[in-house]
Amino acid sequence: MTNIKQTPLNKAHRALGAKMVDFVGWDMPVQYSGTIPEHLAVRTAAGLFDVSHMGEIEIKGADALKLVQLISCNDASKLSDNQIHYTALMTPKGTFVDDMLVHRFNLEYFFLCVNASNVDKDFDWIVSQSKGLDVDVRNTSDKYFQIAIQGPRSLEILQPLVDIDLSTIKYYWFKEGSFSNIPVLLTRTGYTGEDGFEIYGLPDEAERVWNKILEQGEPLGIIPAGLAARNTLRLEAKMMLYGNDVDDTTTVLEADLGWIVKLAKGDFLGRDILAEQKEKGLSRKIVGFEVLDRVPVRDGYPVFIDGQEVGKVTSGSPSPFLKKNIGLAYLPIDKTAIGTEFSVQVRGRDVAARVIETPFYKRKK
Amino acid sequence: MADYPDNLLYTKDHEWVRVDGTSATVGITHFAQAELGDIVYVELPKVGEKLAQNDSFGSVESVKAVSEIFMPISGAIEKVNEALNDSPEHVNNDPYGEGWMITLKIENPSEIDALMSAAEYEDFLSENRN
Repeated sequence: MTNIKQTPLNKAHRALGAKMVDFVGWDMPVQYSGTIPEHLAVRTAAGLFDVSHMGEIEIKGADALKLVQLISCNDASKLSDNQIHYTALMTPKGTFVDDMLVHRFNLEYFFLCVNASNVDKDFDWIVSQSKGLDVDVRNTSDKYFQIAIQGPRSLEILQPLVDIDLSTIKYYWFKEGSFSNIPVLLTRTGYTGEDGFEIYGLPDEAERVWNKILEQGEPLGIIPAGLAARNTLRLEAKMMLYGNDVDDTTTVLEADLGWIVKLAKGDFLGRDILAEQKEKGLSRKIVGFEVLDRVPVRDGYPVFIDGQEVGKVTSGSPSPFLKKNIGLAYLPIDKTAIGTEFSVQVRGRDVAARVIETPFYKRKK
Repeated sequence: MADYPDNLLYTKDHEWVRVDGTSATVGITHFAQAELGDIVYVELPKVGEKLAQNDSFGSVESVKAVSEIFMPISGAIEKVNEALNDSPEHVNNDPYGEGWMITLKIENPSEIDALMSAAEYEDFLSENRN
């Protein structure tokens, strides 16, 4: 990897003693004090994540809604201004170019948050689909920092620092406001299964925002948290990871995301395939499982049913909160019922696993 | 306690060895446990198993990764630290004490000569840190 990219918080991470890794070409903190304490802090108090590597793509113009409706399976016409939804950036095969959050400022301005690893591919794809439409599509990923504060005490910690009554921002809504006189976008979203906010602003202000939140939240138990905890948190909440659980070979329905597929909204990329799968039924589907053994299973370990390899673990890890080993895998549709047992091969040994209800973890509201 | 006690020998794979007559005790170093982070599972061999130098004798797993552990010298496994089944965190908290992993019957004493002293291991770590 040449020219590893840095977020505007690189120095802050190093000052905090973070262990840094190359994550899809970005020099990112994988952990600070430890994955387990960071994970548990998010479940019980709060954690602070630098997610500035995430990409932003903005679509403006008279046909902005038309373009978003074409490239996404969810129905952005049903969003209100200042509302957000999760969706797939679609291929014509009903599979994922990426998964993303769509923020609707208004009918002529949509703000997409996409995966760091995919931003160039996504941008090129969206531009290629915009021919003949009155839109301006921009990759504005360098124009923002993005910081996520996640956990049950997030609102309490953030509230004194901003000029907006945060309780007026509902889950998956956003507002523009001011953080200690710094203009920011405050979204009530996250990738951990907890309540929390994501904050976007100008890169030069990132360090001030980061440090102020840590200072404000310290008495309430906030700690900085790295990518390792982010991964275990999102897995417990069964949120998909592009490249592991979803990609351009998995359809949105196979990924068990029927709730984001709005066939009734009219045409969009891949709609025919999803409509056909819905009508004829799926041949496979992603499931969540627990390992019936102390040994963790990892991404890529082969999955066997009746001696036949049927796929791979797409995400597998010890679950720090549930204190068991969990994972996700695509299984043949007749093997996806809750309670179905199968095996995962761990270093040549067959380890039993069982399909269980997901999300593995659901917060109390 | 010193990060790398003087009475132990070390490998480039970050195992430590304590020679005690014809037996040796083996674990992973402070550096290795810190790199791995919170250890949640340790897989160890069966007592009686004979393994050659550099063979994998098990694995150590943290939340985020799995690492193999290797025989610093050849020998037959005499004891394994069963306590790590329930308390794998001993490897983080006390890598040279309660976090020990196996003892083995030394098969070839000459293999011991090639292991590093604490000072040599610390030099090795600092050379490889950059």
